[in-house]
Amino acid sequence: MRLELRKAFVKDIQWGDTTKLDNNVLYVNTEEARAAVLDDENFVDVELELARPGESIRIIPVKDAIEPRVKLEGGESFFPGFCAPMEPVGEGATLVLEGSAVLTCGPLVGIQEGFIDMTGPAAPYNPFSGTYNLVMVAKPVDNLEKHAYEKSLRMAGLKLALYLAEKCKDAKIDDVEVFEKGTIPEENEKYPDLPKITYFCMSITQGLLHDTFLYAADMKNIVPTVVHPNEVLDGAMVSGNCVSACDKNTTFHHVNDPIVLELYKRHGKEINFLGVIPTLESTVLAGKQRSTWMNAMLANMLGADGVVISEEGYGNPDTDLCMNAKKCEDMGIKTVVISDEAAGEDGSSQGLADATPEMSGFVSAGNVNEMIEVPPMDKVIGYVESIAYVSGGAVESLREDGSMFVELQSIIGSTNELGFSKLGCEWV
Amino acid sequence: MAFKVVHYINQFYAGMGGEDTAHVKPSFQEGTVGPGMQLDTLLGEEAAVVGTVICGDSYYGEHMDEARAECLKMIRAFEPDMVIAGPGFNAGRYGVACGDICAAVSDELGIPTLTALYPENPGVEMYHKKTYIVETVDSARGMRKALPKMAELGLKILRKEPMGSAAEEGYLHRGMRKGFFHEKTGAERAVDMLLKKIKGEPFETEMEMPVFKKIEPAAPVLDLKNATIAICSSGGIVPKGNPDHIRVSSAEKFGKYDIRGLDDLTPENFESIHGGYDRVYALDNPDVVLPLDVMRELEKEGVFKKLYDFAYTTTGTGTAVANAERFGQEIGKELKEAGVDAVILTAT
Repeated sequence: MRLELRKAFVKDIQWGDTTKLDNNVLYVNTEEARAAVLDDENFVDVELELARPGESIRIIPVKDAIEPRVKLEGGESFFPGFCAPMEPVGEGATLVLEGSAVLTCGPLVGIQEGFIDMTGPAAPYNPFSGTYNLVMVAKPVDNLEKHAYEKSLRMAGLKLALYLAEKCKDAKIDDVEVFEKGTIPEENEKYPDLPKITYFCMSITQGLLHDTFLYAADMKNIVPTVVHPNEVLDGAMVSGNCVSACDKNTTFHHVNDPIVLELYKRHGKEINFLGVIPTLESTVLAGKQRSTWMNAMLANMLGADGVVISEEGYGNPDTDLCMNAKKCEDMGIKTVVISDEAAGEDGSSQGLADATPEMSGFVSAGNVNEMIEVPPMDKVIGYVESIAYVSGGAVESLREDGSMFVELQSIIGSTNELGFSKLGCEWV
Repeated sequence: MAFKVVHYINQFYAGMGGEDTAHVKPSFQEGTVGPGMQLDTLLGEEAAVVGTVICGDSYYGEHMDEARAECLKMIRAFEPDMVIAGPGFNAGRYGVACGDICAAVSDELGIPTLTALYPENPGVEMYHKKTYIVETVDSARGMRKALPKMAELGLKILRKEPMGSAAEEGYLHRGMRKGFFHEKTGAERAVDMLLKKIKGEPFETEMEMPVFKKIEPAAPVLDLKNATIAICSSGGIVPKGNPDHIRVSSAEKFGKYDIRGLDDLTPENFESIHGGYDRVYALDNPDVVLPLDVMRELEKEGVFKKLYDFAYTTTGTGTAVANAERFGQEIGKELKEAGVDAVILTAT
């Protein structure tokens, strides 16, 4: 399977008469872009805003971030089962508007979404302070059922990102990255001596704002399966979750999955990258047992020597994490997990809800409870008072001058457990 | 003006003698004594050892309260910006004295403190959470290496410069976790670590697995018909409006709610403020998380004698284990005092 990511760099975003990428500036026609998402009867209105790196802007509450991409060859549209036909992805060529993102915002769905600051001390903690963003603020109809609202927001984000990419299909390509890998037997023959590695992408699958989709299948209703890494990079996984925003994988994170990219980079040199196992985090014990057993069995059947396991969330998924690590290690498959910690505001509390001695290779993604003070921003996009009901916020978080004193967990992606950032806890 | 440092040492390093003089009471001198001279030189222009407090190790160990109070008084008189003790290497009593005086100074005078000990010195286990302890070897042959490190760290603290991790700065950690931006992403670090693990090479995990306390389950209730039962939940069910402002995540308190005269939780009287699950169904019917309706029915049927008048609830998501443990102990104590025989805990 061969995938070309044709990257057009976005170095600014502006309103314009025509939506296009010109000289690395992404111009957006507001009315046309709004029309791309306003066909949803669950929205009364949709406002669009721009947010650039370094601007004094706070966006709250954010639900998802999506990187504009569209198939150029070997398929059409993007996000199979949502915007694109239900066909396999990962082959051909895909346009990437690298450096840009669509952010979806609107009144709180649950009490779980997070915020993004484009500058100041919170900026280094999330990737979207570094992207040129088109922010969609949705106004839902009154008394909209929450699951329906979440679905509408999720779809609108995907559609808006796709709209941008479709309009930029003729953009000048700045860089091409090729991802090519054959079947497992083919790669085994090419690299008989390299350690065989797979990757469990644990995904939250627990209901409203806690769902993840694989080829549009709600993952809480699937059993673990194996996919080619190209499929992940080409839009097979979509986020429907933003609960305690710090450690949730947005749709942006999935197509830029740093574990997939890292394993790919070393494929054929240091390792033989077998493939990705997207798996779930069930709310019930039998579900945890079933999926973790199946993960370990799949890894074993693939002949894996080692597996990278990323958690999504904290608390009860810590148990899935332990079970995945233990079952693999018991089968002789080496594991390293990436997880964050909930070590309390001062970092002195035990940081995991579950532990097992087999989890001897632990990469820390930071302490979700660590406090951060963020100054007021000149502009707020969205609803700043939401901070009182955001995980990591409290009624007293927002001060009169607009500054906030909050936990890292209220910042989107701050302790992302795909290991997207460089943050990690150490002993002090 | 240079920062003022007071140095604490024992009788041996003060040149008063060994074990024979270990019972000497606290005393002080202006300026440096013993290793303080070198420490003062290493601190340079920015800080100076203005005084030295000396105490016999046996005296400190055997009269801890008095020794601490006397030393504190002497230290306070110098009006220091910082206290540095030792290094105590692996000397047990000296290490404990260094740790104890540092901890007391931090608590009482609110100024930073620093000592230097061998990791296995009993003073480390006792005081590492309360003071910076530079790691040393087990004997005084490490003096030449310990003093520059102490001076360096001491100046860093005095200048209020950002403090790096224990491993990076060379102190023994204070039992706290803090986030730092590494050179590599988490994904890169994970793959590096996995390759080492597969090859059987040494690797360093970024967090050692904690050992959980095993809690003995309570004995079964023998006489259910005469039992008073309480309900308690970490599912975030609170009276409508969340009067105690319990946080939606990372709760730092629990609520105690009067359920006398209530047979049913409804969207009108209770709600879920939990930030970690799909609340739609609990908002519609809070009984699905805190089962008051069923408990009232069982109470009426006489399955048990009485449902306790108050329900205890909090949010169990992102909540530090230390807080959760404290809630449990406090709630348990109150229930016990109220004569409650058993409690049903519901989680989400």
